[in-house]
Amino acid sequence: MYPKWLWPALAAAGILWLVLLFLVPFYAIIGVAFGGVDPIFQNPVPAWSPWHWDFASAIDTLKGFLPQHEYWRVFLRTAEYVAAALTASLLIGYPVAYYVSRHARRTKALLVALLVLPFWVSYLMRMLAWVNLFAPSGLVNEVLAVTRLTTQPPDWLNGNPVSVILALVYGYVPYLIVPLLAALDRIDQSLLEAARDLGASPWQAFVHVTLPLSKTGILGASVIIALPMFGDYYTPNVVSGSPLTSMLGNQIDIFFHGGPQPSVGASLTLILTLFLAGLTAYYMVAVARAHREGER
Amino acid sequence: MSAGAASSPRARSLARRALDWIANPWGKPRFLLLVTWAYVGVSILPVLVAIQFSFNAGRSMTAWQGFSLTRWYFGDPVYSVWHDPSLRHALIQSLKLAGFDMVIATPLGVMLAIGLSRWRSVAASMSNFLMLLPMVTPEIVMGVAFYLVILHLYTFIHPGTFAQALGHVTFSLSYVVVIVRGRLVSIGRQYEEAAADLGATPWESMRYVLLPLLLPAILSSLMIVFAISIDDFVISQWLSCGAGCDTIPIRIYGSARAGPLPAVNALAALMVYFTVIALGIAYLLFRFLTRGERADRSTRLLVGDMAALEM
Repeated sequence: MYPKWLWPALAAAGILWLVLLFLVPFYAIIGVAFGGVDPIFQNPVPAWSPWHWDFASAIDTLKGFLPQHEYWRVFLRTAEYVAAALTASLLIGYPVAYYVSRHARRTKALLVALLVLPFWVSYLMRMLAWVNLFAPSGLVNEVLAVTRLTTQPPDWLNGNPVSVILALVYGYVPYLIVPLLAALDRIDQSLLEAARDLGASPWQAFVHVTLPLSKTGILGASVIIALPMFGDYYTPNVVSGSPLTSMLGNQIDIFFHGGPQPSVGASLTLILTLFLAGLTAYYMVAVARAHREGER
Repeated sequence: MSAGAASSPRARSLARRALDWIANPWGKPRFLLLVTWAYVGVSILPVLVAIQFSFNAGRSMTAWQGFSLTRWYFGDPVYSVWHDPSLRHALIQSLKLAGFDMVIATPLGVMLAIGLSRWRSVAASMSNFLMLLPMVTPEIVMGVAFYLVILHLYTFIHPGTFAQALGHVTFSLSYVVVIVRGRLVSIGRQYEEAAADLGATPWESMRYVLLPLLLPAILSSLMIVFAISIDDFVISQWLSCGAGCDTIPIRIYGSARAGPLPAVNALAALMVYFTVIALGIAYLLFRFLTRGERADRSTRLLVGDMAALEM
């Protein structure tokens, strides 16, 4: 009933937008990373055609990731922070999502609303709140002082990795819980009843039914928060602001804002993107495999 | 030896009971209840404390010095949000960008969603893939990309409000597409086919059947676009022209560590109020638009839209 040309025509504007303002800008990173540097002004000269690409500087940057080289420490630190924050997020997020999905009856709507609430409060507003809480005279140190847990309250906001990890967890947990909740909600309850009828203890039913069925949900939710965490630079800047806790994102930020070599920054961005694309590809392969197993 | 043998099964059964107590899908999950409410409390408390301090009568961010409703909003003649030009400007800049984003990204995304979900071709599936990329690209990568492209290729665009707006539309577009496409799938095509059988022209069935059915999704999209645009920090910062282009998140970022005054809290709190008001209006409109559908279903739709976003 609709003319055939209508659908491509409707999509055209959006596709054009994405090509011009997403793909082409991304290509600009490649052009600058593989481009040259002006010998006098030291600013990058992008190479737009693949024939003119010069990989020397990008390979030099990549070599920096070898053990004991300049980016090795930063990369390791980033991976540590993300891994720690991700683990903590799962340990908090999974029980919460599980409870809301399975047990909250009358309070479910309220709890879902409360879990979604942080989405509506700006990320930096929440970081500001966090900084106020951990300030030298803030609530946390006050509680520590009142309960006499320490006589010397720690300095939370100057290069303390614990604060950075805690802030990452605080910032990203909501984005983990909601997809996890959706995944747990999709699990057919009758499977659990079947497991119980066949004599599984509640714990066995959880381990052998719920957990495997939520595996792709866990993976997906982890990827959703791991990707932005790897590119984060504002969280460490706000809660620490010290080179001792700088992450890969901070390194990129420095190269562009005030640093001398944007082309090195572009190479770093490219390497980060490739690394994250690898992670995403692994996730997609894992999901495809899980689907195949589910069908068998 | 004997004591150990006697106590170990008992210990195991205790551990077992504790585990069962936690994991029992039909029992009372007290532990989980505790974890959940503790988490909800911890996630919301700091924000409430921050809002509370926007009403502090004194200049401290951590010591409560009495209640003042208006000082940091417009009472203080120098430092309040209203009187400090940098804060007021950031507020206007954020609203400007969010408004532009809503006006451009929503129609563009709706058209893209309709087009992509019905156009069957290799180009369409490639575009579907392309559409998802901005959602999985870390913001810093997008920020660098935009920064470099306007520096080296699109040299006619300068860092500033226009560039920021283009960036905002680019990362919002995919969200609109995902929301609208979800609704398109749940509507199906039978209503439009019925309209066509009854003699509606393609334009009429789109205008009088499809668009009204899509309205709830369009509304959700507007809401989400507003929220992610006003929340955005990275893209706005990379495309900023300096102090004149500061948005609220950039101001918060800049002053979070540099001896902030409660005026920053007031600015951030204003953003929360705006979002809450917008959310309330959207919710009422949403209930109104889906009044034919069951109430719990319409709430589910809204939540479903949110969940779809994250997947």
